[in-house]
Amino acid sequence: MINNNQQNNKSFINKVADKIVSFFKKIIQFFIGFFKGIYIGIKSFPSKMVKLGKFLAEKWNGFFERFKDGDLGTKLSHIFMGFGNIYHKQIIKGLIFLAIQVGFLFLFFSNPVINRSERVVFDPVTFVPIGTEVIDPGTPLGYKSLINLVTLGTNPGEGASGVRAADNSMLMLLFGVFMIAIIIVMIYAWLANIKSAYKVQKDLENGKKRKTFIEDLKDLLDTRFHILLLLPTLIGVSLFTLIPTIFMILIAFTDWGKGMVAGSQLFSWVGFDNFLAVFESSSEIGLNFIPVLTWTLVWAFFATFTNYIGGILLALLINKHEIKLKKIWRTIFVLTIALPQFITLLAVRQLISTAGPFNELLQSIGILSEPMAFLDRADSVTTARISVLVINLWIGVPYTMLMTSGILMNVPKDTYEAAQIDGATKFQAFRFITVPYIVFVTTPYLITSFIGNITSFNIIYLLTGGGPRGEGYAGGTDLLVTWLFKMTIDQKDYNVGSVIAIFTFIITASATLLTYRRSKAYKEEDTFQ
Amino acid sequence: MPKQRNYKQEKKIKSILSTSLAYAVLLTLVVIWLYPILWIVLHSFREEYNNLGGLVGIVQSNYFPKNFGLGVYKELFTNTLFPRWFLNTLMVAIGSFIISTFMQLSVAYVMSKIKFGKRKLLLNVAIILGLFPGFMSMIAVYFVLKAFGLTGSLYALVLVYSAGSGLGFYIAKGFFDIIPNSLVEAAKIDGASNARIFTSIILPISKPIIIYTALMTFIGPWMDFIFARVILGIDNTENHTVAIGLYDWMYSSQNDSNTFTLFAAGSVIVAIPIVILFLSLQRYYVEGVTSGSVKG
Repeated sequence: MINNNQQNNKSFINKVADKIVSFFKKIIQFFIGFFKGIYIGIKSFPSKMVKLGKFLAEKWNGFFERFKDGDLGTKLSHIFMGFGNIYHKQIIKGLIFLAIQVGFLFLFFSNPVINRSERVVFDPVTFVPIGTEVIDPGTPLGYKSLINLVTLGTNPGEGASGVRAADNSMLMLLFGVFMIAIIIVMIYAWLANIKSAYKVQKDLENGKKRKTFIEDLKDLLDTRFHILLLLPTLIGVSLFTLIPTIFMILIAFTDWGKGMVAGSQLFSWVGFDNFLAVFESSSEIGLNFIPVLTWTLVWAFFATFTNYIGGILLALLINKHEIKLKKIWRTIFVLTIALPQFITLLAVRQLISTAGPFNELLQSIGILSEPMAFLDRADSVTTARISVLVINLWIGVPYTMLMTSGILMNVPKDTYEAAQIDGATKFQAFRFITVPYIVFVTTPYLITSFIGNITSFNIIYLLTGGGPRGEGYAGGTDLLVTWLFKMTIDQKDYNVGSVIAIFTFIITASATLLTYRRSKAYKEEDTFQ
Repeated sequence: MPKQRNYKQEKKIKSILSTSLAYAVLLTLVVIWLYPILWIVLHSFREEYNNLGGLVGIVQSNYFPKNFGLGVYKELFTNTLFPRWFLNTLMVAIGSFIISTFMQLSVAYVMSKIKFGKRKLLLNVAIILGLFPGFMSMIAVYFVLKAFGLTGSLYALVLVYSAGSGLGFYIAKGFFDIIPNSLVEAAKIDGASNARIFTSIILPISKPIIIYTALMTFIGPWMDFIFARVILGIDNTENHTVAIGLYDWMYSSQNDSNTFTLFAAGSVIVAIPIVILFLSLQRYYVEGVTSGSVKG
């Protein structure tokens, strides 16, 4: 019996150890696979294209079939949207399709201009208004915005800013992307219109009843309920995440950099120049990129592990059998999660500032002879970095503590009993049961928090503002994200900021996809039940 | 016999020692953890006047204020924009928490329980979109809002917080995944529509995740700093939220270091409701986090 327990116990530990080893193996495999994948991707590109062509051909086949097989209504709805529905007496649905088409065509050909401004011109002698003069021609939305997307504006304006504005390249870029999105939606609606016309035709041919408008609406609550629920999010995400993101990616390929103001200077496409600048040691961004990237990764690593270990130790301490009032202890630490970070971090920043009470305390007990600048000592970046990491413990440890407390309560009790029977000391039980269990259960959390730390903006920005050193140039504690923020919001250096954002994305994306694809939640997502 | 007692005594002493050591460590940590918070609270009650009779708010390096009083709070509510900022933030928080909670739960439910053609594709797109750093799109969001004439307004902020909120459906999805599919299928056999299943079966048993989502989306605007700053602009101080307002008191370009006590009082006012809300719903918070993100 005891033997059996021992074996179980061992096999459990072995299993956990194996899991950890295989996890790291998988990470290495991932990176090998990553580059292999790129290589294969390039090599198999032609055959992929053939495949895609076949896929599209199949899709279009259905399209032609519908055209060939369609009656007059269906055929006409290729040109006049909604005609098929109207022809088959689904009047309201047909009219909606028609309205969409009319609206689109109106937008496309009328080119509504946004931001146009004029001013009244006075006669220089009599001061009587004699007419108006265009200051800003505005930016059109419609087919012209597609042309503008290619040229990014041709009218350079007149004189210094104020006389007559140049084409607003930034808005032209934005509207171009916007117009393409509208066209894609339009194509989708057009195909849906044909499908709908064909369906009602077939339904009638097969002797089924045509669906009334009310029935279609009811479908939205049942078989098409997902469309209804997803629609607000789809619209919101497209407008406020997808289109803006594409816009920002495109900016990385323009020369919209320092000192250029949209509406007084024209931008142009520059291809990959900005990306090359990152690796040029002579440019400002090239000088800063590698140090900032290195510090970002170092920060993410240490911030994750110090918090992790600190949190587990604290949870163990509070969970100790002899400690009373566990809940109150926990709540005290949780206070730092509950408080808004802009309060706690700014308070700590004041507290340890050069003239702050912490410095005075250290001086009064004789540890320091003169005030120490923990966060902005210009000659020692390391001091600031260590300070930031230590303060991060204060913010992050309670979070890990809260999480591990729950996990600690779930450690299978029988393994402890088995270990006790085998004569293991408390420390051994801790070392060989508790630790592997926690590590095993929290590995996904560890990786997500590593990714979170790569982009932890608040802690750095509110504590040091990225300092010490440097306006424009990256400061000593600047992470990629805070550097990016400074570059775009403070310096208006949009194209370079955009390049940094793309690199940040590549780093977080590869890390996340690796974790996510490996996680049980994804793999077993379909087989869960 | 005596040897036995010795051993027992030794053990007892050892355990007392280790317990008191544990308490000592814990107490030290508590002091470290509470000190900055306590420091802020103390300074919010500081009442010291300068020669001209004005309140002294400059950060002086004393651990404890010399006089206490409610002067700073009075100043905060009568002579500053703080009450306005507080109401602004409250309105933004309420607006975005209602919309966001609804959107997050809907998307999570669809992704978890309705199997439709492009589901996997949408899931992957959502992950990839969620990985772009938020400020990457922020500038463009700003210009999109400007095109609608919404910049600088609180509605814009609500719109920005809630529009993308559907992407944060993962934690709620993790929760819905655990609800057995058989429950949904049984209801379907009984003739319930998808809408009915969602509203009268799934939602009633999802209290923990609803509360978690609501809590997070409500607290979000109180904590957010960057988006609010970009969307609302620097000059339009009337429309600021507490986070920007209080930050500017401390570190804006024309900052006035004399306002530290005001900052402290403002922080206390902001923190109290949030902390109470958070602590009373802490159970749901832990449940939410563990059901969604930590899965072995």
